[in-house]
Amino acid sequence: MLSPLSHSLFHLSYSLFTMFKLWSTILKDMRILTRDRLGLVFMFVMPIVLAVVITAVQNSTFEMLNTNTVPMLICNRDTGEAGRQMQTAIEKVGMFSLKQVTPNVTDKEISDRMHAKDAVIAIIIPADFTQKLKEKADVIAKKALQNFGMQTGKAVVTTNSGQVQPITLLYHPVLQESFRHSIQGALKSALQVVQNKEVLKSIYFAMNETAIPDSLEKDLMNSQVGIVEIPVSRDGSRNIPNASQHNVPAWTVFAMFFIVISLGGSVVREKLNGSFVRLKTLPTNYLVALISKQLTYLFITFIQALVVFSMGIWLFPSMGLPRLNLPADVIGVVIVTLICGWCAVSYAIMIGVFAKTQEQANGIGAVSIVLMAAVGGLLVPSFAMPESFQFVMKLSPLHWCLEAYYGLFLEGGKLKDVILNIIPLLGISFAIQLITLYGLKRKNLI
Amino acid sequence: MEFMSNAAVLIKDLGFTYPRQSTSCFTHLNLEVQEGERFGLFGPNGAGKTTLMNCMTGLLKFSEGSIQLLGHEIADHKKSVNKLFGFVPQDFSFYQELSPAENLAFFGAWSGLQKAEIKNKTAELLEVLGLTEVRNKKVEQFSGGMKRRVNLAIGVIHNPRILFLDEPTVGVDVHTRHAIISYLKKLNEDGTTLIYTSHQLSEAEDLCNKVALIDDGKIIAHDTLNQLMIDHKEDGLEGLFINLTGKSYRN
Repeated sequence: MLSPLSHSLFHLSYSLFTMFKLWSTILKDMRILTRDRLGLVFMFVMPIVLAVVITAVQNSTFEMLNTNTVPMLICNRDTGEAGRQMQTAIEKVGMFSLKQVTPNVTDKEISDRMHAKDAVIAIIIPADFTQKLKEKADVIAKKALQNFGMQTGKAVVTTNSGQVQPITLLYHPVLQESFRHSIQGALKSALQVVQNKEVLKSIYFAMNETAIPDSLEKDLMNSQVGIVEIPVSRDGSRNIPNASQHNVPAWTVFAMFFIVISLGGSVVREKLNGSFVRLKTLPTNYLVALISKQLTYLFITFIQALVVFSMGIWLFPSMGLPRLNLPADVIGVVIVTLICGWCAVSYAIMIGVFAKTQEQANGIGAVSIVLMAAVGGLLVPSFAMPESFQFVMKLSPLHWCLEAYYGLFLEGGKLKDVILNIIPLLGISFAIQLITLYGLKRKNLI
Repeated sequence: MEFMSNAAVLIKDLGFTYPRQSTSCFTHLNLEVQEGERFGLFGPNGAGKTTLMNCMTGLLKFSEGSIQLLGHEIADHKKSVNKLFGFVPQDFSFYQELSPAENLAFFGAWSGLQKAEIKNKTAELLEVLGLTEVRNKKVEQFSGGMKRRVNLAIGVIHNPRILFLDEPTVGVDVHTRHAIISYLKKLNEDGTTLIYTSHQLSEAEDLCNKVALIDDGKIIAHDTLNQLMIDHKEDGLEGLFINLTGKSYRN
């Protein structure tokens, strides 16, 4: 019979011995991993390249819309005041750098200049723009005065009054729809200014039979209410999230899950090369190998995140990209990173356990990660996802990883604010672990 | 059949059927290997040698009967029984990305050895098997013969009392084969029971002192090699093999 002391000593030595086995296994996994140089390059270079390229692309679009100007050809065939005013209003929008085209240039010649990448948009103001706009303004003024109960015979109404030939907007097919819409919005706003001005002048003239004084015209036209943009952050800060805040966490999550190529392949290789068979004949439970793989690759995913975040903080500014700002709750970021990493590692092991060949593991692993990224909101924002995909989206672990990171990086939240994203992520990870154990048991591997 | 007491391996009424197969590999198979024997298990392709060895090493779960290793029922004490034996599979069952020393360090820990024991045993095995000079080189750069020696070293690092060997010399040159067989004989002299399968019948004649022939899942002969040759009027294992199993192809 063992005394309590010897019993405790036995347990201590057993635990130390198991720790030694675990440490030996981690050492083995680390050695194999560090000798797979191509795998390492893939694991570390891919997220860096993705984060840099996607951030740079998004940032340039952002800058083009907000700081740079878009080249635009303008062909003003109108000889009146409204055409000139329209041109001035477009200049005032500040989005475009205008290139004047003489009125006698044909539509085809304008198209040819666009094909030659002289500009991506062109505007053609029709010949009778001022006259037609004025007629339309007079009609509106007359209607307005009639509604006020004021009769006037000054407004001349012709049979086709109120029909202004539209301004033509030519655009290069490479322009994305969203970008085209923002250009259209800017042009409509410029057009509105010109139209309002004409209507105002007509009403004033009809009422007073004199032209509107310049000072009053300016006051009326410049009395627009301003818009203040405020990002809704949890920490009350008013920093506008930049492209790095969006992209760096998103592509870090993607890269973490892409370790399926290395880890899934490693599990399959071990199964196929016979070392698995030998491990089964040794007096150690295979769970030690599973724990070792999880710890080793969890460390790798953590380093991946550390490298990409560091790049975002220190290297992006020197590359002309916006700096990644770490959230105030750094501990929260560490915990979310570890949980995301654990989920990614669990998923990779599950793929490795069920795949029969390395090619199968790589193919299924890569395609499934891209699909989960697509439905999870990495490629398309989750709020823009169709209703039918909302349920599928919640099954994607990448969605919960991304939401947790966005809660910290974009909303300025703390760990407690993203707990509702962490719980489903942990639930999915445990489910994956159970499926893996079932697979190992079914294949007589444990 | 009466079983003797100091059996290294004792199989009683073994029954095994692969999943989703209608016919059994074994029904009521009995076999006894005494401690200290150099036991050879032979038979044509598909006779059941590897399946039987996988049952003995616990790699396959059998449905009927029992297998005891040194008196321990393997179905009841799966992991503790694993300390008693070593296994040298036909495939190179180790990590090619690692060196022999690193492989031995890892498999030594999994075999239940302490750090100091692993260090001493690694040095000894690398020396005996002629791998000291390449102890830190990656195994993937080795020749087939060197890989076979690494495979063997891993199987014996924990001084097992029983050593299962599945074709341990397949694909190696004469020198390596000679070295491996000599080392196995030495292990046996030191008390390790060898259980060996191979298609190299001349090598088996040299190594084994007891043989069993298995065909179609049944043990059709089991005795000392000399006694079997006398009984069947053959002067070699190859003749005995043909005599008992026939000349037709096996699938």
